[in-house]
Amino acid sequence: MDKPLTVAPAQAGAAALDADRQPQGGPGLRRGDATFDEPAVTLDAFLDAQTNATAVRLEAGDDARALLPYLDRIALIEVSFPSFRDGRGYSSARILREAGYTGELRAQGDVLVDQMPLMQRCGFDSFAPESEIDPATLEASLKRYENVYQKAADGRVPIWALRHG
Amino acid sequence: MYKYDQYDQQIVDTRVEEFRDQVKRRLAGQITEDQFKPLRLMNGLYLQLHAYMLRVAIPYGTLDSRQMRMLAHIARKYDRDYGHFTTRQNLQFNWIKLEDAPDILAELATVEMHAIQTSGNCIRNISSDQYAGAAADEVTDPRVWAELLRQWSTFHPEFTYLPRKFKIAVIGADEDRAAMRLHDIGIQMVRRDGELGGKIFVGGGMGRTPMISHEIRDFVGSDDLLSYLEACLRVYNRYGRRDNIYKARIKILLHEIGPDEYRRQVEEEFVAVKALGLDPPKAEFDRITAFFADPGFEPEAPEAIDRSDPDFALWVDQNTAAHKQPGYAIVTISLKPTGGIPGDATSAQIDLMADLGERYSFDELRVTHAQNIVLPHVRKADLYTIWQQLDAAGLAPANLDLISDIIACPGLDYCSLANARSIPLAQKITERFADPARQRDIGELKLKISGCINACGHHHAGHIGILGVDKKGVENYQLSLGGSGAEDVSLAKITGPGFDEDGVVDAVEKVTEVYLAQREGGERFLDTYRRIGMEPFKEALYG
Repeated sequence: MDKPLTVAPAQAGAAALDADRQPQGGPGLRRGDATFDEPAVTLDAFLDAQTNATAVRLEAGDDARALLPYLDRIALIEVSFPSFRDGRGYSSARILREAGYTGELRAQGDVLVDQMPLMQRCGFDSFAPESEIDPATLEASLKRYENVYQKAADGRVPIWALRHG
Repeated sequence: MYKYDQYDQQIVDTRVEEFRDQVKRRLAGQITEDQFKPLRLMNGLYLQLHAYMLRVAIPYGTLDSRQMRMLAHIARKYDRDYGHFTTRQNLQFNWIKLEDAPDILAELATVEMHAIQTSGNCIRNISSDQYAGAAADEVTDPRVWAELLRQWSTFHPEFTYLPRKFKIAVIGADEDRAAMRLHDIGIQMVRRDGELGGKIFVGGGMGRTPMISHEIRDFVGSDDLLSYLEACLRVYNRYGRRDNIYKARIKILLHEIGPDEYRRQVEEEFVAVKALGLDPPKAEFDRITAFFADPGFEPEAPEAIDRSDPDFALWVDQNTAAHKQPGYAIVTISLKPTGGIPGDATSAQIDLMADLGERYSFDELRVTHAQNIVLPHVRKADLYTIWQQLDAAGLAPANLDLISDIIACPGLDYCSLANARSIPLAQKITERFADPARQRDIGELKLKISGCINACGHHHAGHIGILGVDKKGVENYQLSLGGSGAEDVSLAKITGPGFDEDGVVDAVEKVTEVYLAQREGGERFLDTYRRIGMEPFKEALYG
C-alpha cells in the first residue's frame, strides 16, 4: 500500500447521541487524504523515553490504557492486526475513542475489506491493509448497513434510539 | 413471540445481499478460501465431510408455523428432504451447495429468519428455556432479555472476532432446562425487591476442558444489562488467549486469573462503560416485553384428560409438563424414535409439527437443547387429537428424558472434526432399550454422545456420557457417569478404559443394572450414582 486509506472521520468518543450528526446514507470513503506519515514508535519506546513522539504503534497484546494520559499530544495511533482472526485491536480502538482520543486511528496489518465497517464502528478512521483492497468493494461495504443495533464509537444512532425517537 | 419491525427486517435483508456479494467474490476467486472461511462461518456455513452444512438460527429456540414450514420447504428444495435440530436450538441442513446459500438466506429472510452468527468466533445464537412463557415455575419470561441480547450481539463491532465462539443462555426459572451453567455466560433472571434482573454466571463450557461457570454478579438490572455484558466481553476480548484455540474460551481465562480478579476487572470496566449510554431506554425493554405477553388463553379450560387409551396415557405422563395456565399443558414432541437419528425430522414431519403448532399452540413452537420440539401452549382437551396425529407420523415416542431420549452430535457421519460415529451408536442403544416398559422402569436417564472431544453432544453433562475417540485408527468409546446440565449441574467422570461400539452398548446396560439393583426409594440414576459413587459401577464394568 502506498498511502493508508482514510474514511470520513468517526465521531470520537461515544458522546451523547445527536441525531443530526448521524452520517446520511452511511459514511463516505475519501481516499488519498492527508494522513500522518511520521514513523510510529512502539508503546514501550513511547512510554520509556521518546515521549516527544506523536505517533505510536500498538501491538495486538499491548494495553491501550497505557496511552490514556498522553492522548492529547498523540496524532496517530497505529493498531496492529497480525491476523484477521485476532480481534484485540477492536477493543483497543474503543478504549481510545471512549477516552476522548481524536487523532488518527489506523488499523494496520491483516485487515480484510469485510472487517473495515466493524473497525470503523470501533473508531478506526484509517486503514493500512497488507493486501490490496478493491475501492469499489470497500465503498459498498462501508455503505451497506443503513442502521446498526448498538451504540459504538462512531456516533451512529442505534436502532433502539430510532425506535423511541 | 417477537416480530420484526422495519429495522430488523432491513438488517436481515442487507445481510442476504452482503453474503451474496461475498459468495460471488469467492466464486470469482477474488478472495481465498482462508479469507472466505470466517465470512461464511459468520453466516453458519460450514464445510463438512461431504458437503456444506448450513446452520439456521432459531433465536432462543422460538419459532412460528410459518418459519417452521420454511425450514421444511428448504429441506425439500435445497437439501435431502430433512433437517437436523441441534443442541443450540438451531437447525442444520447437511447437504447444501455453496451457490444456493444466498438464495436460501433470501428465502429465510422472508419469514424473519437468518443464519447470522450461528458459527464463528462471535456471540452465537442466544439460547433459553424451551418452556419459557409457559412453565409453571417461572419468575419471568427470559426471552425478553434473550431478544435484547440478540439485537445487541448482531454484528457487534467489537465482539465479532473474539478469541473463540461465545455462547449465552438466559433462563427465568430455578429449574435449569437450558444447561445455563455450561455456557460462556449464563443469566438466571430473578426478582429482587420487585425489580427484575439477572444473576450473571461466567466461564462455563464443555469442549475438551469442561467447566461450570462462576457467579460473577448476583444482580444486574435491565437498565444495566448491555453495559455489564459489554464489560464482561471486553475483559475477555482483551485478555483471551489467541495462541492456542484450545485455551481460548473464556472459561480458561477465568481459570487462569480466577473469578475474583475477573470480577474486579469487569466491575472496573463496567463503571467506565456505563457512562457511555449503551443501554436502551425502558421503552425498548417494554416494547420487547409486549411481544411476549401471554396468548389469549381460554379461561377455565377443562382440566380433565380422557386416559382410556393406554398408549396415549403413557405419552401424556412422559411427554407433557405443567403449564402455568389451568387447563393447559406443555407438550414435548420427541425426535428420538427407536433406531432413529436424534434430532432429525423429515420435511413432512416438520410441516405436520407446524400445522399442530398453528392450530393447537397459538402458532408457537420451540426447539429444545435436547433436540426435541415443544408445543408450549396446548389445551388439555386437545392432547388426544395431537397425540393421534403425531403417532401417525412417527412423532409420538413417549420417552422424554428416558434413556432413549439421547443427545448426539452428528459425529463422523457428517462432521470433519469427529473421531468416531455418534449416530449409529445412539441407534444401537435405542434398539437395545427398545422396550418402553423397561425404559420407564429405569426412569429419568440423560444419555449424551459426542463423537469427539469438542463435546457438541454434551457428554460431560450426561447422567451417562459417551465420548468417541480414535484409538490407533479404531473407534473407541469412553464411558462417563454422573454429569448434569440442570440446576444440579455437575461434570461426568470417566469410568475407566474405553470400549468398542458394541462393548459400550453392553457397558451402558451393565451400568443401568447396577442402578436398578442399588436404587432406593424414588432415586433417579443420577441420585443413586451420587450416593454410591463410581466404585460399584466400575466393579460391574471391569471387575
